[in-house]
Amino acid sequence: MSGQWEVVIGLEIHAQLATRSKIFSGAATAYGAEPNTQACLVDLGYPGVLPVLNEEVIRMACKFGLAVNATVARRSVFARKNYFYPDLPKGYQISQFELPIVEHGELYIKDADGNDKRIGITRAHLEEDAGKSIHEGLDGSSGIDLNRAGTPLLEIVSEPDLRSAKEAIAYMRKIHTIVRYLEISDGNMAEGSFRCDANISVRPRGQKELGTRAELKNLNSFRFVEKAINFEIERQIELIEDGGKVVQETRLYDSDRDETRTMRVKEEANDYRYFPDPDLLPIEIDEEYIEAVRRTLPELPDVKQQRFVKEYSLKVSDAAILTVNRALADYFEAAVAAGTARAQVVANWVIGDLAAALNKDGLEIVTSRIAAGDLSGLLDRIDDNTISGKIAKEVFDAMWTGEGTADEIIEARGLQQITDRSAIEAVVDKVIVANPSQVAEYQSGKDKLIGFFVGQVMQETGGKANPGQVNTILKEKLAR
Amino acid sequence: MQELHTQTLTQLAAGMQRGDFSSVELIEVLLGRIESLDQSLNAFITVTADAALAAAARADDARAAGDAGVLNGLPVVHKDIFCTKGVTTTCGSRMLENFVSPYDATIVERLAAAGAVVLGKTNMDEFAMGSSSETSYFGPVRNPWDRERSPGGSSGGSAAAVAARLAPAATGTDTGGSIRQPAALTGTVGMKPTYGRVSRYGMVAFASSLDQAGVITRSTEDAALLLGVMAGFDQRDSTSIDRPVPDYVASLAKSLKGLRIGIVRQHFDAGLEEKTAAAVRESLAVLEAQGAILTEVDLPNLDLSVPTYYVVAPAECSSNMSRFDGVRFGHRAKDPEDLFDLYCRSRGEGFGAEVKRRIMTGTYVLSAGYYDAYYLKAQRVRQLIAQDFNKAFAEVDIIAGPTSPTPAFRLGDKTDDPITMYLNDIYTIGANLAGLPAISTPCGFVDGLPVGLHLVGPHFGEETVLRCAHQYQQQTDWHEACPEGYQ
Repeated sequence: MSGQWEVVIGLEIHAQLATRSKIFSGAATAYGAEPNTQACLVDLGYPGVLPVLNEEVIRMACKFGLAVNATVARRSVFARKNYFYPDLPKGYQISQFELPIVEHGELYIKDADGNDKRIGITRAHLEEDAGKSIHEGLDGSSGIDLNRAGTPLLEIVSEPDLRSAKEAIAYMRKIHTIVRYLEISDGNMAEGSFRCDANISVRPRGQKELGTRAELKNLNSFRFVEKAINFEIERQIELIEDGGKVVQETRLYDSDRDETRTMRVKEEANDYRYFPDPDLLPIEIDEEYIEAVRRTLPELPDVKQQRFVKEYSLKVSDAAILTVNRALADYFEAAVAAGTARAQVVANWVIGDLAAALNKDGLEIVTSRIAAGDLSGLLDRIDDNTISGKIAKEVFDAMWTGEGTADEIIEARGLQQITDRSAIEAVVDKVIVANPSQVAEYQSGKDKLIGFFVGQVMQETGGKANPGQVNTILKEKLAR
Repeated sequence: MQELHTQTLTQLAAGMQRGDFSSVELIEVLLGRIESLDQSLNAFITVTADAALAAAARADDARAAGDAGVLNGLPVVHKDIFCTKGVTTTCGSRMLENFVSPYDATIVERLAAAGAVVLGKTNMDEFAMGSSSETSYFGPVRNPWDRERSPGGSSGGSAAAVAARLAPAATGTDTGGSIRQPAALTGTVGMKPTYGRVSRYGMVAFASSLDQAGVITRSTEDAALLLGVMAGFDQRDSTSIDRPVPDYVASLAKSLKGLRIGIVRQHFDAGLEEKTAAAVRESLAVLEAQGAILTEVDLPNLDLSVPTYYVVAPAECSSNMSRFDGVRFGHRAKDPEDLFDLYCRSRGEGFGAEVKRRIMTGTYVLSAGYYDAYYLKAQRVRQLIAQDFNKAFAEVDIIAGPTSPTPAFRLGDKTDDPITMYLNDIYTIGANLAGLPAISTPCGFVDGLPVGLHLVGPHFGEETVLRCAHQYQQQTDWHEACPEGYQ
């Protein structure tokens, strides 16, 4: 059905900037405080107060602009976006309109065929967040919590270059990775530090002009973005195919019912009456400032990924996973540097057992129970044949629960691998004698039974025999 | 000894320094006058008698301890647009009738730190929108020279209080002439400094790119004294300018010899009342006699200043007034049916007609489809007007002319005709659009009503403007004239 339709998506991502104080006041930005304890007179919009720009946000926006190969404006201007809402204390939001701080950026994602695809970034502008209305638990009244009012946001607007929900997610993840690499946002979606609106339209394949779009508001998880976009695409296509027309409107995604529904149509849209805010001077930055910021940029995810493939001979897919998160990449590199294990082995452990353990306990890489150097210590023991990979998993679990370092645990539990050929031969002989029928079957061509014999030997040795040696010796003896 | 209420700040400072009288004695005299005379003027919205007496006592103690600030024990009154902690700040509006600010405006803080004693808060056009002080929710202010007439506005309460010798000095705000026009109409001195010279923090905003705080006094010397305390960078106001504050009082002494004064050709066109024109011409002759050189200058776009102003100011006003929504502070309608009803009735009941008119005008000129034709065009014209001034100041040091086209008009005369009311500011608005310092000083009388001479300087030319007004006052005594019944 959708084969004849082309989907066009543009995203507006709101990333909360990780400043200590608000964008125009000295109040704190920490999440989760008692309502209205982090709102000063400026945030409350009291008569006579004035905004003063937190210069940290300029540096952060500038970093982002440089990271996505954008133009950082030498002069940008704050504008007032006027509308009435109870959680908007001044009756206007200070934002940027005609002259944003970042324009004409780009980044690359993988398309459905695995090729690089360029996604344009129209602009990124600075603005303040609004407060929050609370309707529950107040005896039918509504409350307003202005702690969030004045929190700095960077609104990142993409070109309508995305052609599927998958591409939209890939783009969103990329932005998410970049802002965390730059340490300009914690990207915490559950706390609303990273959220997105999606503009979606469909058009017959080959048609130049865009179809009428609907805007989906406030999508705050990757999963919801994908589900909401897919629902909306289906809705629009069905509507058109049934002879209907898409109307320009703002829609809300209801995650409980997995559907989108009308929030307001175009006729009800606000005329925001933007004009330059006379209380704030234009932001003026020079080449020198931009160059100074450029020097503080970390290695960015794409570059790091390529380096991992080249320097560590990692699989591309593993390099991609390891570089999604700067702390994870750092952990990997620290573990590689600390020991003798091959980088791909380290990668397998980090992506496999470590990631699973973190996930199970709801921990982040920075709060991992096993430090990079300690993981490295474990992998070294596999590398020097002290333990097998299987025993290593047991040691890993013990390390995770805090029993000590790999060496301590191997020592305490007597887990050293058996590599003495004569010792292994003795066990192999015993297994062959004990299983005459399997030996006969094997020798008549049922090669797969080798696994059975390995298993028997490992069982006899408590898993400590060197699996490689067991395999070789078994094959030699069974061949006779 | 000259009666205390008739003395200027400078004279009072000297008297207190000599020990002729205490601050408490001075404040008692003035509070007594306010008590008995203000009913005739309605210049005050709030009188802070107890706080003033307590502050005066502290000032006397400070002086005894050898710790007197430059304004120690000297009385001032604040226009009720400046936030004052613990005292209502109404802006002359029902919207803020009961609003008590939790903080002090920067200028309130600075004057207090210098030892000034606040007698009260003065009446004004609602949210400073008006040129007659008639749009106040608390009733019109009357002109002490003729109580049937307006003292001008919007800082009419401050001007009337100073003219009637209820206070020697007052603060005011000037967005299109709101200090200078009432000063002219009440025979007082009104000074608006360069935009950015005085902090706007704590001054309730009307049109942020035009608003500037200043003073109304009875001598230029006093204006210089107060301005020196109020001026200076404030990190809480991004538009305040970080630049040293000169010693304004010290700059007054220099003679006018060689000072190039520009006379604007367009100022004496039709619209200027004839007797007012004559008084202004006479004052120019006085300046010339002191050694100033008069030359004609051209401000070709001056006639566009009123329409430009009445696009820019309402636009900013419409946005600045949005915070008064009945949600967090100010007037809230009773028993709202829903949010929309809360907004509509709180604002409908809280704001007066002139404020509503400007909110509507401003909303219109900022609307999609009209923005380019009105707001953007007005901003371009504003640039042209500023350029005209810059060109003129390449030729002259100061520009002189009338402050207001007529002397004080009758109360109610112009309230039904906003356009005529707006034209009252034709000579003063240019300085706001271009952000220039300007002063109005008394320069004569027409039919018993005071007339003002308007002097405009280049950016940060406060010293020249003050010096010119001061030297003029050394040759004339118009500024010393006192209205009948208030001697």
